[in-house]
Amino acid sequence: MAALTIAAGTGNWFSALALGVTLLKCLLIPTYHSTDFEVHRNWLAITHSLPISQWYYEATSEWTLDYPPFFAWFEYILSHVAKYFDQEMLNVRNLNYSSSRTLLFQRFSVIFMDVLFVYAVHECCKCIDGKKVGKELTEKPKFILSVLLLWNFGLLIVDHIHFQYNGFLFGLMLLSIARLFQKRHMEGAFLFAVLLHFKHIYLYVAPAYGVYLLRSYCFTANKPDGSIRWNSFSFVRVISLGLVVFLVSALSLGPFLALNQLPQVFSRLFPFKRGLCHAYWAPNFWALYNALDKVLSVIGLKLKFLDPNNIPKASMTSGLVQQFQHTVLPSVTPLATLICTLIAILPSIFCLWFKPQGPRGFLRCLTLCALSSFMFGWHVHEKAILLAILPMSLLSVQKAGDASIFLILTTTGHYSLFPLLFTAPELPIKILLMLLFTIYSISSLKTLFRKEKPLFNWMETFYLLGLGPLEVCCEFVFPFTSWKVKYPFLPLLLTSVYCAVGITYAWFKLYVSVLIDPPVGKTKKQ
Amino acid sequence: MEKWYLMTIVVLIGLTVRWTVSLNSYSGAGKPPMFGDYEAQRHWQEITFNLPVKQWYFNSSDNNLQYWGLDYPPLTAYHSLLCAYVAKFINPDWIALHTSRGYESQAHKLFMRTTVLIADLLIYIPAVVLYCCCLKDISTKKKIANALCILLYPGLILIDYGHFQNIYNSVSLGFALWGVLGVSCDWDLLGSLAFCLAINYKQMELYHSLPFFCFLLGKCFKKGLKGKGFVLLVKLACTVVASFILCWLPFFTEREQTLQVLRRLFPVDRGLFEDKVANIWCSFNVFLKIRDILPRHIQLIMSFCFTFLSLLPACIKLILQPSSKGFKFTLVSCALSFFLFSFQVHEKSILLVSLPVCLVLIIPISIYLHLLPLLLKDELLMPSVVTTMAFFIACVTSFSIFEKTSEEELRVKSFSISVRKYLPCFTFLSRMIQYLFLISVITMVLLMLMTVTLDPPQKLPDLFSVLVCFVSCLNFLFFLVYFNIIIMWDSKSGRNQKKIT
Repeated sequence: MAALTIAAGTGNWFSALALGVTLLKCLLIPTYHSTDFEVHRNWLAITHSLPISQWYYEATSEWTLDYPPFFAWFEYILSHVAKYFDQEMLNVRNLNYSSSRTLLFQRFSVIFMDVLFVYAVHECCKCIDGKKVGKELTEKPKFILSVLLLWNFGLLIVDHIHFQYNGFLFGLMLLSIARLFQKRHMEGAFLFAVLLHFKHIYLYVAPAYGVYLLRSYCFTANKPDGSIRWNSFSFVRVISLGLVVFLVSALSLGPFLALNQLPQVFSRLFPFKRGLCHAYWAPNFWALYNALDKVLSVIGLKLKFLDPNNIPKASMTSGLVQQFQHTVLPSVTPLATLICTLIAILPSIFCLWFKPQGPRGFLRCLTLCALSSFMFGWHVHEKAILLAILPMSLLSVQKAGDASIFLILTTTGHYSLFPLLFTAPELPIKILLMLLFTIYSISSLKTLFRKEKPLFNWMETFYLLGLGPLEVCCEFVFPFTSWKVKYPFLPLLLTSVYCAVGITYAWFKLYVSVLIDPPVGKTKKQ
Repeated sequence: MEKWYLMTIVVLIGLTVRWTVSLNSYSGAGKPPMFGDYEAQRHWQEITFNLPVKQWYFNSSDNNLQYWGLDYPPLTAYHSLLCAYVAKFINPDWIALHTSRGYESQAHKLFMRTTVLIADLLIYIPAVVLYCCCLKDISTKKKIANALCILLYPGLILIDYGHFQNIYNSVSLGFALWGVLGVSCDWDLLGSLAFCLAINYKQMELYHSLPFFCFLLGKCFKKGLKGKGFVLLVKLACTVVASFILCWLPFFTEREQTLQVLRRLFPVDRGLFEDKVANIWCSFNVFLKIRDILPRHIQLIMSFCFTFLSLLPACIKLILQPSSKGFKFTLVSCALSFFLFSFQVHEKSILLVSLPVCLVLIIPISIYLHLLPLLLKDELLMPSVVTTMAFFIACVTSFSIFEKTSEEELRVKSFSISVRKYLPCFTFLSRMIQYLFLISVITMVLLMLMTVTLDPPQKLPDLFSVLVCFVSCLNFLFFLVYFNIIIMWDSKSGRNQKKIT
């Protein structure tokens, strides 16, 4: 409800925005929900009806508990509210149970937990000191940032249609970022440690946190040229940081250590048995790699370099097969992806260490970590792109360069979420919400930086406009062609490859801008 | 407009809310044998597609008028026919004669909802956007905020997208809005054409016809009946007659055809009122059973007289002093008089009142609340609450209604000045109106809460719905008086202001 508050010059626009989006979330209650709905119902049942020693062993449903212990405790607490709604949903054997009361309870629990997210956005807006252009409310960076975060398309469809609890987790992350901006490092570290024990996917950005806290908190002073002053190292700070992290971990993993179940917990948390890519390829480097492999194999077949009998049957158009055999290029192992990820992350970490630029530099490093692991990680979900998009929003309202990268990243990243919702009634919703968010973000950031050079060059404009015809082809034209039977997964393939190009481009551009950016000392002199 | 993107956002928000509401249940879902308005709409597609035009309005073995017979003007029938062609293309089962009765499926629901959305997108929403852009004397921000409030008006969304009204309100109201737009921008011919289309889509638009007539007549008088005014009058008459003839062409071939359509459109023998309507007759029924005491033709005359008397002053005023502001207020008061006093009123006709109320920017929150029992029956509680709150927030943040409580802003200044000439102590008017507004909203909300949470006592199963109707009726009477005061004292203040400035 971006425009809702335009006239509320003095009114409390933030609460109007938050309330508006909450109401929209309530309207989304009857929409389609994915199997994640059943996953969370099952976890409610497990934590409610079984003793803690069986939480990570229970396997009646195929959706076993594979989040860290804090999330399990969270479900445990929820289940005590859930029993007042419908006792039946708390039965482990009641597979695929979804009464209307269960639906209401689960949907409302997500909406309610988003209060934390709203609070975090509020805190983030406080620490933005963007350019002061225009007196109009709609042109203030704070206003734009809160719309970009609160009305984020990805969060809306992943949490409130597809069904997951990302809102409050991202709330924790944004809150810890805000605390770091406010120089309350201990709190920030504590919040992030807690977050890690809620959902371990945030490990991707842990290097940024670790290095930043070590460099800017444990070392209390810099030399005049910005390099590190080794004798300013504060042992007290290191120990207190370590203590916070240790205590949080002890609280979370301690009970399982006492039960001697840690190996089992970890085997649940890190399942490496899944394939390189999800059934729908997340738009990352491996999507391009797979596509290249396929193109090469087709060319090879045409030119008779390859023997058709040697080609594995699991061709990529079948898509459902998770273990994917490459035909021409070498197959990728989990270890290889790990090494790629580490190599991709390292430069940004070095940058953070040698050219500290305060919390902003940290935020850019964090975004790069998230993006790099998205690019090269093993079995990455397309939803993980949110991990880069949300922190990047904070950067986008402060600098024109970041804004243009952000817009490319967000638009392609959000578009790549489209296959999550494949049912007909949700088609208009996703298109409308996507248009809503994209038009708003592009126009408002353009207005904000209208005095600087245009945000996009012709190539980027062309690429972004190409998303429109792509959507028309994939969802409106393709189902009526004869290819639908022959290559049912062609639209998914096209979407993921097209988006992978954009996301790779954004990743590359962000990396370049971080590496060539002068350190903070020099900019101040200018 | 430099803020075009905000307008786009507003329209997108409106569309999103509409579509999300449409995911909910509709009237008569899975309730044989009659189903509900949704089935009526589908049935008309079946009838118009399979039968020749001549049989559409006649009872026959193929067309049982007792089962949702077509009782709207020809344009509705044509619209149904158009939808039927699309339906035939997608799935012929949806409109097969006889066998498709009570057809329900997820895909069909999707289709029906899409037809509403498309009609809305083509007719109503452009009208709203254009109307707000053409508003004079206010800033761009206000225009956009205005559009947001009109597009989020919950009554229309819930009836069209939730309940599934058996006629697309957005089409008829959209045409009417085009009419208002045309007439107030001095494109009189275009305006009257659009309004004729509105009447030919839904006969209830006649509620708005008198203000249109009076306003245009007033304009002609103003230009002088011997010169330009007469030319304009002839042109207008030709436009109206031509558009009516065009719409009714297939039914003018035989006299019996025309009469039968008219009989279907104005079912006089159905009684003074049906179900629970928040008008005078239904409320009065609590004390005295008029329906049983008086013969039908006297009821008819009585309701006609009351309606006519109640809207006479405003109409005369409009003829004498035609102004586009006065025109909009007269639209409200006339629609209200019709709703309160006329014969055989449908509860959903209140939408005809709320559209012009939205246009004059006085908060119509309590106006549609009496529809809630109907929406509850369709299991639409959740979207109702949500859209109402969204609308409320939109209004509060864009217009800060709680601060605008001076006599000037309530548009009653000139009235209170003239009363003070006789009663010097008459200074409490604005506060009184404010309290009355507040009380009416609070009572309505309380009643709603009671309806939702409490079970009525066994002796009086309809207790709450009757109470709701009664209280709403009082509200509407109050609104009628209020709007009439505004209209009658309006141009004086206008003149005063002009003199001052």
